[in-house]
Amino acid sequence: MEKLLLLGAEAIAQGAIDGGMSGVYAYPGTPSTEITEYVQHNKTATERKLHSQWSANEKTAMEAGLGMSYAGKRTMVCMKHVGLNVAADAFINSAITGVNGGLIVAVADDPSMHSSQNEQDSRFFGKFAMIPIFEPASQQEAYDMAYEGFELSEKLKIPIMMRITTRLAHSRAGIETRPLKQEKKLSYPEDPIQFVLLPSNARKRYKGLLGLQSLMEQEAERSAFNTYYPARNKSIGIIACGIAFNYLMENYPDRKFPHPVLQLGQYPLPFVKVEKLVNECEQVLVLEDGYPLVEEMLKGYLDKNSKIKGRLDGTIPRDGELNPDIVARSLGLEVKIGKPVPSIVANRPPELCAGCSHRDIYNALNETMKEFGKQKVFSDIGCYTLGALPPWNSINSCVDMGASITMAKGAADAGVHPAIAVIGDSTFTHSGMTALLDCVYENTPVTVIISDNGTTGMTGGQASHATGRLEEICIGLGVKPEHVRTLTPLPKYHDEMVSVLREEMLYEGVSVVIPRRECIQTLSRSKKEVKVKMEEAVK
Amino acid sequence: MKSDIILSGVGGQGILSIAAVVGMAALENHLYLKQAEVHGMSQRGGAVQSHLRISEREIASDLIPEGRADIIISVEPMESLRYLPWLSENGWLVTNTTPFVNITDYPDMNELIAEIEKLPHNITINADEIARQVKSPRSSNMVVLGAASPFIDIPYQSLENGIKKIFERKGEKIVQLNIDALKAGREFSEEKKTLTTKGSK
Repeated sequence: MEKLLLLGAEAIAQGAIDGGMSGVYAYPGTPSTEITEYVQHNKTATERKLHSQWSANEKTAMEAGLGMSYAGKRTMVCMKHVGLNVAADAFINSAITGVNGGLIVAVADDPSMHSSQNEQDSRFFGKFAMIPIFEPASQQEAYDMAYEGFELSEKLKIPIMMRITTRLAHSRAGIETRPLKQEKKLSYPEDPIQFVLLPSNARKRYKGLLGLQSLMEQEAERSAFNTYYPARNKSIGIIACGIAFNYLMENYPDRKFPHPVLQLGQYPLPFVKVEKLVNECEQVLVLEDGYPLVEEMLKGYLDKNSKIKGRLDGTIPRDGELNPDIVARSLGLEVKIGKPVPSIVANRPPELCAGCSHRDIYNALNETMKEFGKQKVFSDIGCYTLGALPPWNSINSCVDMGASITMAKGAADAGVHPAIAVIGDSTFTHSGMTALLDCVYENTPVTVIISDNGTTGMTGGQASHATGRLEEICIGLGVKPEHVRTLTPLPKYHDEMVSVLREEMLYEGVSVVIPRRECIQTLSRSKKEVKVKMEEAVK
Repeated sequence: MKSDIILSGVGGQGILSIAAVVGMAALENHLYLKQAEVHGMSQRGGAVQSHLRISEREIASDLIPEGRADIIISVEPMESLRYLPWLSENGWLVTNTTPFVNITDYPDMNELIAEIEKLPHNITINADEIARQVKSPRSSNMVVLGAASPFIDIPYQSLENGIKKIFERKGEKIVQLNIDALKAGREFSEEKKTLTTKGSK
């Protein structure tokens, strides 16, 4: 069979499609975006008309996924780690309701924060929800876990978490695919109140979930993704979770491990295998990308001088992603030291593209703020967060999706004036609308700049739910129409932008300023596509 | 056979196209491949790199350990030095000499080239100029790949086939422009290699 060359993220998508998935729900977020994009462009998915449109945010995605599962179909919900915070209410409760059709929640973590505001470890959320977690080591395992995950989910009648990290999500390798499965037919849950989490029913459901724990453990015990490699030298044993196993293998080619190794790819922890390793080895090294979850569990709270080694005792750095060299050092193996980076090499941080509309709005904002003073601009998650860097230094916050507006509100309540929020169009419809409603409810004096480039830019230009309806949304939420101002962010309109911003900042109520110009990246891409199409037409 | 390659450049300069072409070529030769790339925030005009590993044997890590890369292929001169800790003692550094200046403290070009030429095995090529000469000004990335091709353990023809597959969708003209660029880069290196060998005798 011909191999497909896929990113880890894409391998999950292909595995889910081949596993009989009927739909994927997601909001874009690095490094998870490519899962859904792959489904959007896949031939089988298109022929089968699998759902793959973007959701407004991760919570709506999670709930829609649960709805499709309710109707008996196999569904996947995808997000980045911080997206799971947004979806957490629905996610945790989905373990209590259980599922009908198989449900996989694929979450991509970003240790080392390549493109994120923290490096939280989603396995804690999986454990919190008390559901099984898959953690693939390779692209092939990512495929296989997605392919098999629906069946485990249906067998246990609860959702399954699939946890990957940036390195696997964005690394390509050859994948062998398996036969395409049929989609499930529409069916209702056997119990009509399965999904009704009234306390009386929720208590029963929760006991059911608790009762399932031993079954999940048995599944993990016999899982092909949890492999025990015996070896003679028991001075140390190694538990390698997910992608950490690759870094271990890099140091011991062809899996010739001198020490016993437990490769861990399915949680909850397989008790028998873990106990065997801990009992037969003098010390145990835990290799896991992200937080020390397994290490903490093995170490416990009181056992300060335990034989468990890892991030907590300093054998491995406490933060940041793993790599083959960190693993080698933790085992006392020799590593090569390459040449140092010459001092002549300067930093090259990311920046707003030449011609980007955010540049023009920051230029106008900076000029306006000369009159009003510093440190009054709250911002959000997106390309425009780069406005925090020189030469602009325009913004003073970036916390979570939508926080710009609500933080501006809180600051305004505290007496900051003018209190300004800068948010993107897609981030606004993700989590800014309810924040704006809070401002409208109290007529809080805030100036909200929704920098509308018609796309979800930072993640590569996905459709934005806000496109074509921003003014209506704001007016619908109760912002006075005369204080919803639209601008064209171009250098030639600089003076006009400054004067509108000034007017609205002086206004003692809620105002929304919408500078609108298409993202320079999506614009040049659509121009190229038109050119190719025209050339094809000429042929 | 194995080639551990670091690709480097600035977001938007086309290192992922290089990776895609080499990837296709590796598949054609039934080799294992792993290629870790950067998406998201860093793509916006920042420094970007990709770890590309090709081998006859199964590949373990998606990342190349320090000091083990056989070659650094860079589409930008300053970026070629950023990943020097990964280059092995006998590794090659192949880089474009046309700078991408989007920062105020970009180093002096002469000093930069001098730093690159300190390395025992290096190829510096003005890929933008050569791409213009072969009338393929937007394919400087393929010129650099061509210049690096003698040091990658894959038949040259497979790289051309890789270009055909990757750029097929964009039409025959684009395919040919990229192949011309690849060839020009290859010829440049072959010539330089011969000169260097003669010089050392």
